[in-house]
Order: sequence, then C-alpha cells, then structure tokens
Amino acid sequence: MENNQVITAKDLTKKFGDFVAVDHISFEVEKGEIFGFLGANGAGKTTAMRMLCGLSLPTSGVATVAGFDIYKQTEMIKKRIGYMSQKFSLYEDLTVFENIRFYGGIYGLRDEQIRQKTASLMKQLHLEGEEKTMVRSLPLGWKQKLAFSIAIVHDPAIVFLDEPTGGVDPVARREFWSMIYDASERGITIFVTTHYMDEAEYCDRVSIMVDGRIDALDSPANLMKNYGVNSMDEVFLQLARKAVRTAE
Amino acid sequence: MKQFLIFIKKEWLHIWRDRRTLFILIWMPIVQILLYGFALTNEVKNSKIAIFDQAKDDASRAVSNRIAASRYFSLVKNLHTYKDIDATFKQGKIRMAIVFPAGFRNDLLHANHAQIQLIADASDPNTANTLANYATAIINDYQQELNQHQDLPYTIQVQVRMLYNPELKGAYNFVPGVMALVLMLVCAMMTSISIVKEKEIGTMEVILVSPLKPFRIIIAKTIPYLLVSLLNIASILLLSVYALGVPIVGSLTLLLAESILFTITSLSVGILISNTAKTQQTAMFTSMMSLFLPTLLFSGFLFPVENMPAPLQVISNIVPARWYFIIVKAVMIKGLGFASIWKETTILLGMTVALLGVSIYQFKTRL
Amino acid sequence: MKTITVEQLVKNYQNGKVVTNALKGISFSVDQGEIFGVIGPDGAGKTSLFRILTTLLEADSGTATVDGFDVVKDFKKIRNCVGYMPGRFSLYPDLTVQENLEFFASIFNTSIEENYDLIKEIYQQIEPFKNRRAGQLSGGMKQKLALSCALIHKPTVLFLDEPTTGVDAVSRKEFWEMLHRLKIQGITILVSTAYMDEATLCDRVALIQNGQLLSVNTPKGIISEYPNSLWAIRANEMYALLHAIKADPDIESCYPFGQYHHVAFKNPESNQKKLEQIIQNGKYTDVEIKTITPNIEDCFMALMN
Repeated sequence: MENNQVITAKDLTKKFGDFVAVDHISFEVEKGEIFGFLGANGAGKTTAMRMLCGLSLPTSGVATVAGFDIYKQTEMIKKRIGYMSQKFSLYEDLTVFENIRFYGGIYGLRDEQIRQKTASLMKQLHLEGEEKTMVRSLPLGWKQKLAFSIAIVHDPAIVFLDEPTGGVDPVARREFWSMIYDASERGITIFVTTHYMDEAEYCDRVSIMVDGRIDALDSPANLMKNYGVNSMDEVFLQLARKAVRTAE
Repeated sequence: MKQFLIFIKKEWLHIWRDRRTLFILIWMPIVQILLYGFALTNEVKNSKIAIFDQAKDDASRAVSNRIAASRYFSLVKNLHTYKDIDATFKQGKIRMAIVFPAGFRNDLLHANHAQIQLIADASDPNTANTLANYATAIINDYQQELNQHQDLPYTIQVQVRMLYNPELKGAYNFVPGVMALVLMLVCAMMTSISIVKEKEIGTMEVILVSPLKPFRIIIAKTIPYLLVSLLNIASILLLSVYALGVPIVGSLTLLLAESILFTITSLSVGILISNTAKTQQTAMFTSMMSLFLPTLLFSGFLFPVENMPAPLQVISNIVPARWYFIIVKAVMIKGLGFASIWKETTILLGMTVALLGVSIYQFKTRL
Repeated sequence: MKTITVEQLVKNYQNGKVVTNALKGISFSVDQGEIFGVIGPDGAGKTSLFRILTTLLEADSGTATVDGFDVVKDFKKIRNCVGYMPGRFSLYPDLTVQENLEFFASIFNTSIEENYDLIKEIYQQIEPFKNRRAGQLSGGMKQKLALSCALIHKPTVLFLDEPTTGVDAVSRKEFWEMLHRLKIQGITILVSTAYMDEATLCDRVALIQNGQLLSVNTPKGIISEYPNSLWAIRANEMYALLHAIKADPDIESCYPFGQYHHVAFKNPESNQKKLEQIIQNGKYTDVEIKTITPNIEDCFMALMN
C-alpha cells in the first residue's frame, strides 16, 4: 500500500439530538499497529467504533478505514475488517468447525480454503480433534482465542476487538495477547478496547476518550512520563476523573 | 400485605409502561369481535340458488319468480333431478336449493295446503339461517296475498333442511369463542412471559432471595392480568350486545363468575408454562402451541366438536376452553341457569384446582 | 463465630451427556465483618458458590452455613438476613431509580426512609437521576443502584457476584471505596471478581480455578507463599524477548505484565546473570532488569500450573 495509514479520522462527530456522543475526534492508525482505544463507560468508545466499522453514519467529520470512506464505501470496509467482542463472538450451539465454516463463508472463502484454514487453526490453537466439539463446552479462554482466529480468518486489514479478554483467566489472557502480537507482525492492524490497564501497556499507542473527546493519545511510555506516573492505571484514572458526563 | 401491594403496583408499572403491548391487549378482543361480527358475516346479497321445480305450474312459477327477483337471491340453475341438488351443492355453485313437489298448485288450491322445501348449505350456519329466513319471508308474502281474497286460508308449509350442520351449531359462536381465546391469550401467555422475563433479566434471583413467599410472588404477578382480562370481558360483552345485537339472555352475574373461574384456569396454565420455560420466546411458543391452537380447534368455536373424529373428541375434553365455551353459550345465548351447567362448571373448577396446585407446587423456590 | 462456613461443597451440572463439575469440593470460612474476595476467571465456579450460599441452588454434597443458618434447612431465615447482588445487575429497566429502590425495600418489609442512613452515601450519587429509568443508566450508576437495592434491608451479610465486571476503572475504584465504608458498619461482605488486582482490596481472598480453591489467605499471605523469586525485565523488543526467554530450559515461567515481563526460574540458584546471558544473544537495547515482589496475578498463574 502506498498509504501506510489504515485508519484516518478527522473531526469525526456523532450527535444524538443534543447529545454529542463523539466530539470531533481525530487520529491515525498505521498498518500493523496495536492501537488501544480506552475510555470510561459512556465516554463514546462504542459509538466511535460503530462509525469506523460502517455500522453508523457520522454527523460530521471525515474518516477512512482500509482506504475506504466511511460514508460511501461501508460495504467495502466491511469486507476488509474483522470484528470480535466479549459479548458476542461465536455461536455457542454450533461446533468449532461449523463456526469457522460459517464465518469463512460470510467472507467468501472457498470450501478448500476453509478446510485448510480449519486445519491450520486447530493446530495453532492446540485444538486438534476438537472440530466437532460444541463451542458451548469450550473453556472461555479457548473460546476467545478461537473467536479471534475466526475474526481474522479472511486476513482483514484491521481487526476491531471490543473488550476481548473480559473474565478470561490470566494465563489465557496472555496467550490471547500473544496471538494479537502474531497478527500484528503479519501486518494486521489491531484496534482494541479493554478494561485491563496492564493490557493497555501492551499497545503501541493508546488513546483515552473522555466525554466524547480524545484527551490523550501517545505510546504508553510517553503517557506515563507526561503524567508523571508509573502505570497506565493512574494515567487513566487522572483523565477519566475529569469526566462530567454520567450517563451513557 | 404492603409488600404484596407494592409488588402488584410494580407489575402494573411494567404493563403500563409497555404501551405497545397494552394497546394490543386492549384492542385485540375488540378487533376480533368486530372482525368476526361484521367482516366475516356473509353478505346475503345475490346469493346463488337453484330451483328444482317438479310442479312447473303457475303457482310454483309465481313463487320462483318472486324469489329470483329478490335482491337477496340470484337464480343460477334450474334442476331436473334430486341427484342434481347434491351435485350442485358439492360443486359449490349454490348456497340454497328450493324444491317444489309435483302438483304444488293443486295441493295449494284444492287441499289448501302445499309444501316447499328449502335446502341450505349450513356449513356456514349464519348465512344458511339468513337465507332460509329471507326465502320463508318471501313465500309468506305470497301466501298472504293469496289469502286476501279467501275465506279459507291457503297455507304453504316451508320445510327447511340444513345441509352439513343440521342443528345450526355455530350461530353466535364467535362471541363465546373470542372470549375463551382472549382470556387464554392474555392470562396464560402474558403471565408466563412476565414471569420468564424476570428470570431473564435476573431480578428473579433477588426476589427469591428475599423473604417474599413464592406463593405471593405468583399471586401478585397474576392479579394485574386478571384485571386486564376483566376489562376485556367487559369490552367483549358490551360490543356483542350493543354492536352485534347478541344479547345476554341469562344471568350476567353467573356469566362473570364463570369467566373469572376460567381466567384463573388460564392464569394457572401460564404459571405452569413459566415454570419450565427459560426464555420469553419459549414461553410464547409454548403458549401458542399448547393453548392458542387447541382453544381455536377444540373448543367448538370454529368446528363443531360433534363432527370431529372420536380421538379428537376425546382430546377436546382436556381443553379447558371447551367447557368454558359450553358454559358461555348456555348462559349467554340460551339463557340457561346454573342448574344446567353445574357439570361443566365442576369440570372446569376441578381443572383449575389441579392446575393451580401443580403450578404452585412446581414453582421453584430455588433456581 | 464464623459468619460463613463452607465444607466440601460439590456441585455438578448435567447438560445432556456432558457433566460440568462446577465445584469440586471446596471449603473455607469467613469471619464476621470481613471483606472476603472469591477471585478467579469466568467459569471457575464463583456464581455457583454464590447461588448455593444465597440458597438459590442446592449443592450435590457438602454443607454451608450463613450467619449460623444451614443453607438448605434454614433457607428462609437466610433469605431474611442477606443482601445479594447477582452478576448481571438485576434491576427492572422499565422502572425508575426510585421505583426500583422502593420495590426492593418493600419486598424485604422495609422502606427507604427506615434504612436511608446505610445507603445514603451511595444513593446520593444517583439521587439526581431518581426519576430516570434504570435501563438508561450508565454501567457505574446501575452498579450503585444495584448495591443500594441489595443494602436497603440492612443485611448482615452481603453477597456481591462480580459487581465490577464491565465497569470502568474509575467506577471500580469508587465501588471498592464504598465497600470499605460498609465494612466499618460491621457488614460481612463476600465479593467475587475476575480482576486479580482487586484482591489486594480484600481482607482475605480465595483464589478459585476450575471449581477448586488454589489458596485461601490474606493477599499478603498469598504473595508470601509464592515459591520462586521473581524478576521483571524489559527491553526495546518485548515480543522477541518473550520468545527468547521462554525458549530457555531453565525458565519456569515468563509472562508479560504491562511494560515488563515477569520471569521465574526452575532452579532457585539461577539469577539475574542467567537473564543477562539470554539477552546477550539478542540485540536488545534499553534493557532493564530488577527483582520484584510478585502480585496476586503472578501467584494465581503459579498456582494454576
């Protein structure tokens, strides 16, 4: 790609009536970057993510995702992104293979490709022989890792992860992040929200939203230096305490 | 007691704030009654008839002409054999056939007594009845005109034969039917959904952990729906009396008492469903499949139970709506007193006690 | 007297042919006035434990008491004296803040006025929104309302099942401050969480994983039980560094923790020199190595293996 920026946003704004959910946010995310998107409940993270995924039209401002305009080319965007959230990721009542086949099918993978992908995924996740297991009976950690693998099964330019590790045990959480690193090395851009502040420190850059604005955007090390503290937790608390908004 | 009242108030708020559902609950019975009462009542204009005139004399022709000229009827066929009647009915070409016996004029003028047979398709009993009445009225007119100049009156005896549904079961059926349907729907479906909803959002956990007795939870959850049902009964009865002209012949108090009994039956069924259903959808589909359809099919509302195959008749016995339907028809339409419906009432009461007992016993005090 | 005792609790669920062992025989006890944390990931058995203690579920075997009452025989008495906040804040979304609170007060035979003192501090923060429907509150406000509802009848024991899940860091912090003020009033609190960092805010904790307790102790006690000494290391290429360290046979564990990797050795004699040796083979810059005290998450992961 001649342009290395996978996401560009300029003065992106979303209003619901008088309520400004997202207030003129501007940022850029580079190819292969792990971009942490933090903010308190109701700060506007979800709304911003929905706009970038092409699910909601902005009120004003411009933005491109994977080189496509978020006003006019949402269908193209949807082909080039992956999405996974804590709340919904896989169909619990389908087997591992059925889930892979379904999502692979959605993104237009051929049967042959799906079979290959399945085999390599099973190996990578140490799930060999579990193709016919119902997703419901997998431990949460495995489920989330599988969900992530499926979210990038079509080699998207960027994958959006909405609190992917909530409630996952500490070891599985780290295994999950190691998968994120692998994906990023392969050139997939990662856009991730999390409530775990140690995870924020794994990101290349972190933005923190307060009351619909991006109040801070830098590498974790720089943020800690600028705020004169030793952890992202403290950076976050300092910023989020300034919030005046209380409701979502 | 205060606990209990607050619980009921809370249930009211749920119902009151879900305006869309409330709107449906209140309008559904009204719309159903109007639909069955007017839209589905068959227009008796230009109804197709056939005449089998075995006499072919001027008297039979005079009657035929009067009937054919009326705006209610349109003569589509003259028949020549008895067999034709049956065949034409089966083809669905006519709704009524008029048969003049041979020697009609002779009988009338010399014996002063003649007969006409009206054969009507009573699978649609309302229409059949109306058509027979209209035809009889026209014949009576003719008879009166003849008699103006006569000392010794001529009489034409009209013999009506209802095909397919000889006892005309089904006239006014829809009012009792809609009452049974609406009560089942409001009470059973809405109660089960509202209980399951609390399981879904997790509030049931907190309520169960409170000192509130499960028995009271159930009663408190059902009372608002009982009230909505009473409102529905009132609107149905008012509409049927004033808009449709279906009178309440029997005792209103008895009718209301029986309706409350049936409401409680339906509420217990609702609780029973909610005991096993885990999601609102399950509760809804269970209600639909186990209540709505049987009520529609087996209560005698749409299809006379007597005409069903024996196994289905047996099944219909366990459908509470069937007994309620009989009771309402007896009290409301036929004007019978408690003495003639005590058997049905006892059956319904027995069912209610059993259902309520099982549903409260089964209601889980734990998750 | 122990406020909560748990003896050899076992709970299995059967779903078709699959049997899940939610609790595999766990035992612990909680003292009066303690904040006791049950800490473990989703699916560890926390909710099953809470439901058994709040009398909503019956255990397959084992016994438990709350406030001296048996959870099976005396379940009615327990229901009078406990406050319970289930995992999903169980509020009526179509009722307003005040209506929710009034309702929960009345089903426990009390009124808002009667116990206002107890919830005052928490409720005041949401009182400006008392006419708003609960469904329209933010996560943090829902949490406060749910806590007010669980407290309104002045329970002696409070069960909070994952009260901070899905709530942002600021609200979490405020929530724990509220719990500490409640503790001063003498209420015993059993709280579960998947956030390991919240362990240090409890008086004692039970670490739970796959239906078994890994350890029950004070947070300090758990940390002192950590078997190895622990190093933290960072450099410019963290991901490559992680693989390099993990590849060494002497390493017991190496986990990323924010900007550092936490490293423990199999051989207690191995030390900083070993780490330096590993680094020399790569081309790392900005290297920093230091010994550290393990945190609860380190301990949890060590106990998991």
